Amino acid sequence: MNRSVIDLWVGVFVAIGIASLMFLALKVSNSATANLGDTYRLSAEFANIGGLKIRAPVKSAGVVVGRVADIRFDKDLYKAVVDIDVSKNFRFPKDTFANIYTSGLLGEQYLGLEPGGDSEYIKPGEAIRHTQDAVVLEKLISQFLFNKAAEGGVQGAPAGK
Amino acid sequence: MLARFFRKLGAPVVTFIWRLGFAARFLSAILMNSGASLFRFQLTMRELYFSGVLSLLIIMVSGFFVGLVLGLQGYETLQRYGSSEALGILVALTLTRELGPVVAALLFASRAGSAVTAEIGLMKTTEQLKAMDMMAVNPIARVVAPRFWGGVLSMPLLAGLFTAMGILGAWVIGVKIIGVDDGAFWSQMQAAVDFRYDLVNGFIKSVVFGVAVSLIAVFEGYDTEPTAEGLSRAITRTVVVSALAILALDFVLTSFMFRGKA
Repeated sequence: MNRSVIDLWVGVFVAIGIASLMFLALKVSNSATANLGDTYRLSAEFANIGGLKIRAPVKSAGVVVGRVADIRFDKDLYKAVVDIDVSKNFRFPKDTFANIYTSGLLGEQYLGLEPGGDSEYIKPGEAIRHTQDAVVLEKLISQFLFNKAAEGGVQGAPAGK
Repeated sequence: MLARFFRKLGAPVVTFIWRLGFAARFLSAILMNSGASLFRFQLTMRELYFSGVLSLLIIMVSGFFVGLVLGLQGYETLQRYGSSEALGILVALTLTRELGPVVAALLFASRAGSAVTAEIGLMKTTEQLKAMDMMAVNPIARVVAPRFWGGVLSMPLLAGLFTAMGILGAWVIGVKIIGVDDGAFWSQMQAAVDFRYDLVNGFIKSVVFGVAVSLIAVFEGYDTEPTAEGLSRAITRTVVVSALAILALDFVLTSFMFRGKA
């Protein structure tokens, strides 16, 4: 076959291949760190983080404002220390609450920030004081069962109603 | 009797190890002699045409159909749990991480790899390679290396194309025909597919498969027993060994790459 025809077809092939890779990169995927812009680091201590993972989203009012950067175990306090990167565009008051929520019933866990009313803001590198642990489903169920058992009294007794 | 049994057992093992060593030596010979195929790029260009451009159709069509099937089956299961919007995530993750590189490589091995083996094997059978050697043209630099690099370069592009066509196919089935919400399909996909973790790892996989398939194809061609029967056996071996190598390598790569994000 003519050499220039081969060149043309190879050019078309490479163009299509690169176009599909670009499609995958731009339309299909996200680069989590890129779309936050500049970030600053905050930390928070939890007694139980449940299934929170590194790179899980940090949301405030449902909007992603940052990512979980690191999760460590404090061996003196026996607590989990979660480092988060928050976008520089957002500042949060000193009495902000950090809660671990689950998106949906079986969804992944994320860190929710609920701003308080303090006039001062948390500075980069500081810790969030108020935290609320992840809800562990087993604990919830056993609590529910214990409550039911306490309510029900003696089993098999005729209901009062 | 017993001695014959052990001889029968030992011969294939020795042959296998001998061939493994030869393949490794062959790879280093290709890499040392690939100057010509990279600087005189016309040589590689021709191979890009034969293994890349001519594989376009099969890759695109099968990618599309794989996407269609994934879309149908994924929807079928997801709608039971009321989360049919997650169809985009399911399809995109399956294709970028596993199916795209693996199936594209399997198709590439049977479409382009076998052709390369047949070409080089026939050159050897008809003693063209020896003739080249006599004319002081290194057959590894002139014949083998361009075909190797042509395969290595086209494989990632074909895998990317396969993945893109698959996602398109799932979009056609899911959004256009079944009626999953278009916005949810794409936005959930974008939220779940990570550039570094999913796409780059899939791309690395396709490069590794490209090297493996191309090496097996040129090696089997070069190592052909110079008879008609030997040639046919070499082509069969290319497809079989490539498929096994792809699947085994995929397991190894997956266990290194995807270990959960904790």
